[in-house]
Amino acid sequence: MSETKLRSLKDLPTAHLLGAGTPMCAGCGALEALHEIYDLLGGKTVFVNAAGCMTLLSVYPYTPFRGSWLYTSMASSPAGAQGVRDALDILIAKKRLPAEEDLTAVVLAGDGSSYGMGLSATSAAIERGLDFIYLCYDNEGYGNTGQQSSAATPHGARTATHAGVAGFGGEKKDLFAIWAAHRPAYAATVIGAEPLDLARKVERAAKLKGPRLILALAPCPTGWDYDPKDTVDIGRLAVKTGVWPLREYADGKLTHSRVPHPRLPVEDYLRTQGRFRHLFEPQRNDALIAQIQARVDAYWREAGVGDGAGAA
Amino acid sequence: MSRILLTGNGAAAWGARLAGVDYVPAFPITPQTEIIETLAGWCESGEMDGRLVLLESEHSMITAAAAAAATGVRVFTATSSQGLLHGMEMVFTVPGWRAPFVMVNVSRGLATPITLEPDHTDVLAARDSGFLQIHCATCQEVVDTILLAYRLAEDPRVRLPAIVNLDGFYLSFTREPVELPSPEAARRFLPPFEPGPVAFRAGSPVSQACAVLGGSAYSYFRYQTHLAAEQALPAYADAAAAFEAEFGRRHAIVEAWRCEDADYVFVMIGAFATKAMEAVDRLREDGWRIGLVRPRLLRPWPVEALRGLLLGRRAVVVVDQNLSMGFGGVLHAEVASALYGCPGAPPLLGFVGGLGGREIPPGEFFEMARLAREAAETGTVPPPRLLYTEAELREVRKLQAIAGARPKGGKP
Repeated sequence: MSETKLRSLKDLPTAHLLGAGTPMCAGCGALEALHEIYDLLGGKTVFVNAAGCMTLLSVYPYTPFRGSWLYTSMASSPAGAQGVRDALDILIAKKRLPAEEDLTAVVLAGDGSSYGMGLSATSAAIERGLDFIYLCYDNEGYGNTGQQSSAATPHGARTATHAGVAGFGGEKKDLFAIWAAHRPAYAATVIGAEPLDLARKVERAAKLKGPRLILALAPCPTGWDYDPKDTVDIGRLAVKTGVWPLREYADGKLTHSRVPHPRLPVEDYLRTQGRFRHLFEPQRNDALIAQIQARVDAYWREAGVGDGAGAA
Repeated sequence: MSRILLTGNGAAAWGARLAGVDYVPAFPITPQTEIIETLAGWCESGEMDGRLVLLESEHSMITAAAAAAATGVRVFTATSSQGLLHGMEMVFTVPGWRAPFVMVNVSRGLATPITLEPDHTDVLAARDSGFLQIHCATCQEVVDTILLAYRLAEDPRVRLPAIVNLDGFYLSFTREPVELPSPEAARRFLPPFEPGPVAFRAGSPVSQACAVLGGSAYSYFRYQTHLAAEQALPAYADAAAAFEAEFGRRHAIVEAWRCEDADYVFVMIGAFATKAMEAVDRLREDGWRIGLVRPRLLRPWPVEALRGLLLGRRAVVVVDQNLSMGFGGVLHAEVASALYGCPGAPPLLGFVGGLGGREIPPGEFFEMARLAREAAETGTVPPPRLLYTEAELREVRKLQAIAGARPKGGKP
């Protein structure tokens, strides 16, 4: 990221564009990320929304956005972006619209839509080379309906549909890798708790054309069961424990923008959240904690960077 | 103007081309595919100044269509049957965006069992969506109706998407002589699309399709869409008059065939209604005073026009090419609702036929006419009936025997 103008936190935008007073929960990690992203993308955007928590940002007659908004459905927001983008291109090509009226189409979708119901529409939009930014806020469950397990739920987490001692038995799908396999213009994972890393990636994405993913892990006080004041700390721990690798895909290359070193034990992250409390109380589940640690270790070993990279 | 031979699908493609469509989000499905292939060819060759994009599903296709219309371009799309149902969430969603476009549905029976030939159960599933719905019976009507549908959908009183329906196989693949409007005349009748305030622009942000909290705001917007749909009746009358002035062809909201002095009237929609026309002609040769009423507009439902044509008849026969399971024919109920409680409301007989392209032969129309006369004379209306012959049943019994579902040589 050599071309960045963003060298330190002091370079981040000081004007905040997204309005306050939204109906999101206190401490919402998705809103935290959206605030930071919107400051950089600005109002010359149309946010094409899929059903999820963020649908409640624009409840008639209010909106926190300076730009435009279109709610579509849970499964088809990339197709909504396609229609808007194609129409703008046609209007500009036919000289029925001055180029300065152009907008960036930004899909805004949660993990329920992005990892599941909307994945077919997303894959097709990437394959068509659609010029758009896809912003996924990933709170690792169907948060808006009370945190049922989704395809983004991590192994072992307690959810409304997997409330037993083992938690969710499945594995979190690697949406970033699925995007990268499509060879898009750009893909990155971010988190609101690392605003400089996030800002550099959004800055880079905004300069490119084509399909671009910004995938934000979104700590969720209500869904993950923790005190709203801890959102930033938990976000930082997600990075420091290696649970949420900060990745980037550009020019056909996959890189890590941050390699945690020393990488903290996952337990430090798991202990902060009620959704993992069954790993520690009433009895400590060493086997499951070790399993989760092993998965994270395996990721970094395969990535070939950071602690344990040479341990294979 | 030139007269050429076109299939129903070819006519639909010409309708879109003459409408000056900018954008065609598409997805293939039998028997509609010829429409999008034709348009793809024209967009590719530059004969049409439009852009065609293949989406990965009808759900996405309808989303893209409405999103593009909401950005201010003229949009055309087409689907059929299972595809229409796959997109049904968006069929119900996008009318509220108040972004007009035209979608052709080439009717085809719905699974299960999966089949290819037509009936109207697919398109009637969109009845309550907010899409306007117009049914065609000839290839000429297909071209003309697409132009009319844009004018109607884009009318400031209406601003709703419209479905133009044609029957799979019987109309989609049937070649008929069609008089094509000249591009200049089509442009006079249908000027370029004016999106008005519903459009995404950097300089004038809008929020579209927002959530509401509570029933009052929700009801307000739903009522507004309903009232806009009702405005399509006067808007249709204006558009049809302008169409006749430009092209010399009149397409009524409800078409009537030999109804002037008719004691008895069939009611049907779509291409199979031409079978009823044929039956009417033959019955008239035998001295019957009988006619056919064919609603073209199904949504909004033209209650006054139907009352004008049906009240005072000795009996009316509704032939439904659809089936609402556990209820019967949808059109039968719609006609009944239009006539109920009116002085002079005739006895109303209901028949279901033509499912999955099943033939309705002249003999069945003659029998339905006979039953209508009997009902008028006795004052007793027979219960709704599913048209089926013993010969058909014997054929199905043979299939069942082969399938092992019935013992060979067993009783039918």
